[in-house]
Amino acid sequence: MSIKLQHLKKTYDNGEEVLTDINTVIEDGQFYVLVGASGSGKSTILNAVAGFIPVTEGQILIGDKDVTNLPPKDRNLAMVFQNYALMPNLTVAENIVFGLKARHVDKNIQQERLAEVLDAVHLTEYQHKRPTNLSGGQRQRVSLARALVSDAKVVLMDEPLSNLDAKLRAEMRREIRSLQQALGLTVIYVTHDQTEAMTMGDKVMLLNQGKIEQIGAPLDLYNHPVNTFVADFFGSPAINLLDATIANSKLTLGNGHSFKFNQTLEGPVKVGIRPENVHIYPGGSMNGKVTFVEPLGDGTNLAVDIGAGQLMRMKVSEQLLLNVGDDVRFDVVLDQMMLFDAKTEQLLSVGQAENIAV
Amino acid sequence: MQISPIHKYGQYILLTIVTLLLMLPVLLGISLSFSTSESIAQGHLIPDKFVITNYIDVVKDTNMLKFLAHSFIVSSVVMVGQVLLSILAAYAFVFIDFKFKKTAFIILLSTMMLPFESQIIPNFNIMRDLNLLNTYSAMALPFLASAFGTFMLKTSFEQMPAELRQLSEIEGLSHFQFLRMVVMPYCKISLITFALYSFLTNWNMYLWPLISTDNDKVRTAQIGLRQMRAQDTASNWGLIMAATIIVVIPTLLIIFLGQKYFKNGLTSGVIK
Repeated sequence: MSIKLQHLKKTYDNGEEVLTDINTVIEDGQFYVLVGASGSGKSTILNAVAGFIPVTEGQILIGDKDVTNLPPKDRNLAMVFQNYALMPNLTVAENIVFGLKARHVDKNIQQERLAEVLDAVHLTEYQHKRPTNLSGGQRQRVSLARALVSDAKVVLMDEPLSNLDAKLRAEMRREIRSLQQALGLTVIYVTHDQTEAMTMGDKVMLLNQGKIEQIGAPLDLYNHPVNTFVADFFGSPAINLLDATIANSKLTLGNGHSFKFNQTLEGPVKVGIRPENVHIYPGGSMNGKVTFVEPLGDGTNLAVDIGAGQLMRMKVSEQLLLNVGDDVRFDVVLDQMMLFDAKTEQLLSVGQAENIAV
Repeated sequence: MQISPIHKYGQYILLTIVTLLLMLPVLLGISLSFSTSESIAQGHLIPDKFVITNYIDVVKDTNMLKFLAHSFIVSSVVMVGQVLLSILAAYAFVFIDFKFKKTAFIILLSTMMLPFESQIIPNFNIMRDLNLLNTYSAMALPFLASAFGTFMLKTSFEQMPAELRQLSEIEGLSHFQFLRMVVMPYCKISLITFALYSFLTNWNMYLWPLISTDNDKVRTAQIGLRQMRAQDTASNWGLIMAATIIVVIPTLLIIFLGQKYFKNGLTSGVIK
């Protein structure tokens, strides 16, 4: 079922505006990620879709039905919570059929569906245990199973993985994604974690202080961010945003270093250079002193002081035996360089003139 | 914090002495309840001869068992009433939005500030006008609503994760389903604590049962004890002590069995 959000607006009684004009369409079967820092309004949108909070203005349509003023139970959706929301006094199986029982679904059907979802989340042998005897990942799988058992085609997930450790999180990311695809679920997924947004989403909405910054496929947001906020949000280490000037097909950085750069644009700009678009090699045209090295095993993150108080963060895929204070030479990939307006910070273009992206 | 052994033993010795001091009346009561009247008359605090005749006499010669039954009925009714009404009131205060909610709660709490003694005369007048004096109702009715219970359960309900409420909204649980399937199981410890507390408070009540009744038809055990002192049994200390021990037994039982709940419920449920 598709979901449409039309001109959603939410203002608290004290006049604080938490959502301003949210518009989007979530297609049937889409994994839609709402991402942003805390206070960005992502959870508010989710709560509005679920029906926990009334919206001040605008409409919510689920499958072409206006549900704006319907109570949560009439919206035909399921939800997975950050803290699992499991009843400690019920077993895994009882927790899963909790909603079916409340709706007085036939006992045989309850058992049938229970067996199906237990199998889907690989918890069949745990069905008689209590949540307190399960690990965090297992608990979240119970919560997931409970959402699946209701047969609702829309599932809302509110930071379901943030209480898990890193390894488990990666595993659950894949599991949730493959379940969603296998069952054809429409998922709205709230997270503050850019990795989850990038790896799981069909479409991502980046929010900032109640406003949409950008909506698009994850790689679009990464490669063509509409402004420096989006560029800075995605990617780890964060993108390098440096002041520069373009004049006569030459781009000059703040430290005075300049290179040939085909651009019809002129004047001051902000350039965005992804850390992985920097190549370290002895013949590099730029140089600087290493201020920080982070060996990752499969690669190295480092930051280099390029003068004029500017740092260049770099990410290379080999192990570098560098120390703080060492001199390195490097070049940047000009065709991947993003140009932002110096004042408005909006994206002007990516790469050189012949590669201008719309 | 590191505690040196000497410090630790010192604490235990001190605690033991204080406990013995505090327990002295109880120990004395137990000791006397097993003594014969002659031994007590001679001023012996420890029985010369260990007898259980006092206990047999309490059952045979006095109305104590009847009084205990009355106490049990009244305390049970009050317990059930208080728990039921407090659950419903606390539920409304936590999960239902209505106008003047805060004001209503403050008014409810303010009844806790009124000393019971100041309510005795109005309560008595009401019971008299309702023609309920000398009934179980007279003893139970004024206590069915408990501001303390409502306050305690409200605090406990408030600590439930909001997600359980949201989940129930999605699943379409009615208020009673939500209360029965989620709130009550989740706050079980607070409910048990309050039920036990409520029973004990009523079991130990003396002044109101005395005022609202004037014959032995419905009187409770606490008054029965007092009567023994006023009647011809007044000098039979062994008998009185035996009766007292019998009356105390339910209290002790509840405290032993409910210790776990009291500890968790009164500390985690109300004030951290």
